[in-house]
Amino acid sequence: MASTPYQHVASRSIVEGSGHSHATQSGIWVGIFAITMSFAAFTSALMVRQGTGDWRHIELPPIIYLNTVALLLSSITLERARSRATHGSRSQLRDALPWLAATLALGLVFIAGQYFVWRQLASAGLYLATTSNSSFFYVFTAMHALHLLGGIAALTYLIARIAPRQAPPRWSLFEGAAIYWHFMSVLWLYLLVVIAMRL
Amino acid sequence: MEEAAVQPAHVHAPPEGFISKYIFSLDHKMIGKQYYGLALVSVFMGMVLSWLMRFHLVWPDVKVPALGALAPTGAPGGLITPEYYLSLLTMHGTLMVFFVLTNAPFAGFGNYFLPIQIGAEDMAFPRFNMMSFWTTFVGFLVLVLAFFIPDGPPTSGWTAYAPLSAVGKDAGPGLGWGQNLWAISIAIFCVGQLLGSLNFISTTLDLRAKGMTLMRMPICTWAWFITSCIGLLAFAVLLPACLLLLLDRMAGTSFFIPSGLVVSDRLQNHAGGSPLLWQHLFWFFGHPEVYIAILPAVGIVSHVLVTSMRKPLLSAKVLIYSMMSIGFLSWMVWGHHMFVSGMNPFSSLLFSFPTLTITIPATIITLIWLGSLYGANIQITSASLFALGFVSMFVSGGVSGFFLAQPSIDIYLHATYFVVGHFHMVMGVAAIFGILSGTYFWFPKMSGRMMNETLGKLHFWITFVGTYCIFMPFHYLGLVGNVRRYASFVDDFMAPLMPVHKFISIAAFITGAAQLIFLYNLIHSRFRGKVAPENPWNATSLEWSIPSPPPWNNFGGRHPVVFHDPYQYGVKGSKGDFVMQDSPEQITNG
Repeated sequence: MASTPYQHVASRSIVEGSGHSHATQSGIWVGIFAITMSFAAFTSALMVRQGTGDWRHIELPPIIYLNTVALLLSSITLERARSRATHGSRSQLRDALPWLAATLALGLVFIAGQYFVWRQLASAGLYLATTSNSSFFYVFTAMHALHLLGGIAALTYLIARIAPRQAPPRWSLFEGAAIYWHFMSVLWLYLLVVIAMRL
Repeated sequence: MEEAAVQPAHVHAPPEGFISKYIFSLDHKMIGKQYYGLALVSVFMGMVLSWLMRFHLVWPDVKVPALGALAPTGAPGGLITPEYYLSLLTMHGTLMVFFVLTNAPFAGFGNYFLPIQIGAEDMAFPRFNMMSFWTTFVGFLVLVLAFFIPDGPPTSGWTAYAPLSAVGKDAGPGLGWGQNLWAISIAIFCVGQLLGSLNFISTTLDLRAKGMTLMRMPICTWAWFITSCIGLLAFAVLLPACLLLLLDRMAGTSFFIPSGLVVSDRLQNHAGGSPLLWQHLFWFFGHPEVYIAILPAVGIVSHVLVTSMRKPLLSAKVLIYSMMSIGFLSWMVWGHHMFVSGMNPFSSLLFSFPTLTITIPATIITLIWLGSLYGANIQITSASLFALGFVSMFVSGGVSGFFLAQPSIDIYLHATYFVVGHFHMVMGVAAIFGILSGTYFWFPKMSGRMMNETLGKLHFWITFVGTYCIFMPFHYLGLVGNVRRYASFVDDFMAPLMPVHKFISIAAFITGAAQLIFLYNLIHSRFRGKVAPENPWNATSLEWSIPSPPPWNNFGGRHPVVFHDPYQYGVKGSKGDFVMQDSPEQITNG
């Protein structure tokens, strides 16, 4: 670690135990809170719209369940990566690299799978504006996928930083990305339940 | 346990070059000033829009020079059409509520002073902070673009009720691309505010200096923190609402548009949507939003009053808990904007109770101020005058809320000038007074120079008397049945009210013109004002322990240690009549 004018600031933050690394943690939770609130707003919109009576149930394409499995598996691989790299040293991070890559791959599989779900719905004649059910389906899945892409970007950044000749990433960033990714899995489970039961 | 991956520089490097110092700055102080500057531009724009409205109401047949060139369809020949009047009021409301009242007291002063007041070098996420300003700025540009498109700005009010806002250009001028730009602008604004709120919360929780417990934070820091908690959740609801609105407008969905709607003789190709859903989503955001607008001002004013009175408040802790209660209750009252919307009347009762309840913490806060002021030898400065003016406005404007909180009375008063008077006084003018108080108070710290006190006091008295002259009569107008958002008053019963409208319009022009005194003072003092000492007001909080203006890393690399709360005024045995927060000087009353 090169010495910089702010070295004394960094050592103080380690001694104090709080400071910027903890800020990353609390920042992720704050972000999760906000995203949860947004999906709560979407859910309440769904509840209100359901009351109008023009509800036509959607048959969910089975591939959506395969996508769910892929996403849940990705959470497991991410946890394996985390347990490999608990102290954030360079060699441990490199051990974690295959598991991180697997997580990223499964995430991309999920996104691709969601695209196929949309294609299957479209072939059944259900587009964004066809029925109120289909509108909510596309909105929920698209919003989730959009947020998951943010997680994918974070994972890609982490993997790039673990590469040789790069400065290793901060442990708090790794932790933060992991918490966010697990939140995406939990959120998807919730959305799947809402979609299956209400749409 | 050593964190091998910890980067040494967890704040940004000192800025070098014009771009990183003044444009894409990571420094929270520059970002705060940028927000303030944006709010200043927005408030003058919003004020000009209100002048056009007031002018049109009283002199509808007089041509407005140059307006015909800007708006050939909306104001041909300089005569404002009824639709353009609605566009003016829509943009006035949108600019003022979003780009002034959410920007200046919260994002402006909060960004500048929150890190300093808690003893930090910068916000937790300086890059997100920079992004939050520039996102807000892009939102501003998108909104203002609506003035320059052929169809003009939207006519649906800052509240953008569906189905008017949702059906598209069939609904009339401004409701094509004008409304699209509005919805896109506000969605972008939401993202900016979410990033900002995230920063405020993480910074307050994690970057406090040693000894700075939560209860030792100044009241304005608490106010910014509570506001950011509210803002995080409120804007997280408005963003989905705007998205659904855009989908209805551009993708043919029917979230808000019912079946069988015929607009301009054309059957709208939508089915099953609920206009009431938009109102619920909007006001679920909209009511907490008004507390986002006022709580920072409550904090700033408390801070200024304590410093000016040279004695602590009756109970800062109770004031802080009251602000928290307001934040909590603000989520339960949104339906009081919808008493006459056609929702179940029983739910009106459910909203009315918490609305009346929320007056309790607001009253407690007011009583704490008044009780603290009793017997205090307050130093009269421009800052303290505006702080006192805030208390006056908050009470005058707040009292009319008691009436509106009751559904039975609201049935009569809804959508009249009574409501307009209420929110302008309690939220508009009061928050502006808070911003002005903060400006006069903190200008020496931000610029290193003092503002002209004579001009400041002149500015205060004209503005104080002027805003009362403008907005008090609004209540009378509303009580006799003057409806809001009308471009002209042609009913017979309105004729005797026109002299009142004339009085209001003239008061508005004079009060508006008086703001030029402030603008002159601001600019002149920035370059020619008397050089300010480090602590011109003999205040106790941490911002007064650093040079004016502060260095790029606030505390010059050192880490302040805090020993008391910031209310140590009138302390016997201390060197002056106050003890600063970072002074280890022993005090008798802990």
